[in-house]
Amino acid sequence: MSIAREELEKMVKTWLETVEQITKSEGLPVIPDEKTGDPLWVDVRELRLKYLIPIKRVKKFFDGLKEGKVYATRCPVKKAYFFPPQADCPYCMDENLEWVEIKGYGKLLTYTVINVKPTSYLHYPDYVVAVARMEEGFNILCWMAADDPAKLKVGMDVRLVVKPREPEGFLTFYLEPG
Amino acid sequence: MSYVRPVAIVGVGQSRFGRVPDLTLNELAWQAVKQALKDAGITQKDVQMVSFANVGGWSAEPLPAISVNEYSGLSGVGTYRIEAACASGSAALTTAYNIIASGSADVALVVGVERMNESLTPTVVELIGRAGNYFWEFSQFGLTFPGYYALYATAYMNEYGAREEDLAAVSVKNHYYGSFNPYAAFQKRITVEDVLRSKYVAWPLKLYDCSPVTDGAAAVVLASAEVAKKLTDTPIWIKGIGYASDTSNLSKRPSFLNLEAARRAAQEAYRKAGIDPSKPHKQLDVAEVHDCFTIAEVIAYEDLGFARPGAGYMLAREGETYKGGLVPVNLDGGLKAKGHPIAATGVSMAGEIAKQLRQQNPKDRQADIVHGVGLAHNVGGTGHYAYVTVYSLEKGG
Repeated sequence: MSIAREELEKMVKTWLETVEQITKSEGLPVIPDEKTGDPLWVDVRELRLKYLIPIKRVKKFFDGLKEGKVYATRCPVKKAYFFPPQADCPYCMDENLEWVEIKGYGKLLTYTVINVKPTSYLHYPDYVVAVARMEEGFNILCWMAADDPAKLKVGMDVRLVVKPREPEGFLTFYLEPG
Repeated sequence: MSYVRPVAIVGVGQSRFGRVPDLTLNELAWQAVKQALKDAGITQKDVQMVSFANVGGWSAEPLPAISVNEYSGLSGVGTYRIEAACASGSAALTTAYNIIASGSADVALVVGVERMNESLTPTVVELIGRAGNYFWEFSQFGLTFPGYYALYATAYMNEYGAREEDLAAVSVKNHYYGSFNPYAAFQKRITVEDVLRSKYVAWPLKLYDCSPVTDGAAAVVLASAEVAKKLTDTPIWIKGIGYASDTSNLSKRPSFLNLEAARRAAQEAYRKAGIDPSKPHKQLDVAEVHDCFTIAEVIAYEDLGFARPGAGYMLAREGETYKGGLVPVNLDGGLKAKGHPIAATGVSMAGEIAKQLRQQNPKDRQADIVHGVGLAHNVGGTGHYAYVTVYSLEKGG
């Protein structure tokens, strides 16, 4: 089940208007707890958190998505892969990691279907989150595009694809049955 | 190794757990602090450090250590707030232990509190879901706390043939013991069918496989041997604390069959406490394990060495962790039924083991104390942090 974001915002707005009316009529923003009736003060302050996260040193990864490619980084000294990609090798203290395109084939290690969703995901239908062991030897965690989750099986072949995530439209990577 | 002073629990307290809309964070914490001080027979002026655990985000106070201390008459005492996700309570206890063991203080108060219902439930689901790797695993793929553990459940059940009924047995046991605990969020017994009929939250985990969103507080007083012997005849000695961590990204873990951090923490705690890691249950009277989800308790049996890898679910299936079994686990109802106020959980576990070893619990949920040794296993996040602590009635060498 999913709730459209507009609908969700409308629900919140209606609730806040109710609190506003109570505040005007009673002189205090106090409502009863929905289960026990205990009086609760509805905070008059609200905080919007929107993080600004630097991606400069792994920009190649995001450029890759635009070309339909998924990149990992690899330490030329230790030959160790990093996925999610990182710009520094903590083992040899090297900064000159190589960008390597992931071949895109792997096997399903485990998965789940998220039925009860966080607020910021309520607008999506239930989604499958999966972890795959890629041919190169490292794991990838992302959504699995599956028509019927009941047909998924641990150990099955999977491949990695780049697709836009709707309705936001940002490019990201998915696993698909291989 | 340099000289380490013995440290004991000399006072315990806790609030009721559950949905507590009639108490603020300060009032909730004070209930636990008041009990712990009285139980220890000390007053605020005896407390030399307050080691404070709270994850917050869902609750309003940004400096909860300070606001709780003020409310509790503890302003002026040295303090800090500590975060190790769901193991924050044990992290606060470990730090207080170290302060006393090193000789920096003789008496420290450990407080864990969480008012999770101060936010709406979907917001709480969101905030706990963010407690993994935010950018790569939450922001793009919307994992939830049950979702992370469901990844372990799927892998575990597939590898070893455990069934949803086996996981349900853990929930049934913990609700059974919760029914004897007046502080528990859930005090009603349930059946395997109740669990199996409950809705999927993150397949294959269902609502009754999950610990609830909980408000609650717990506190313990720690003291040096010199002070402890003046305060009580039954100090509960901390014999060994093991701690470890694991990767932020779950994708960086080689397997989803056990929590490596918890296994390592257990090994370290056993070594420090002189427990044989090949059959630790032979030396333990009782254990508190971190059953945030039923699968977590099953995996804990294996990480703690109560069962070999892949055989943990058989302990659940055969009822081996009830009283009278191999080793009784979560006789207070565990996180599942007692509730899981994130940072209060580890402190509550310490208090529960102390009360078990002092034999202060109602008969139905009091373990037989033969060896005088108990264990608490507290995991933060999805095996991101792990603390295992061994307690004993014997001070030893």
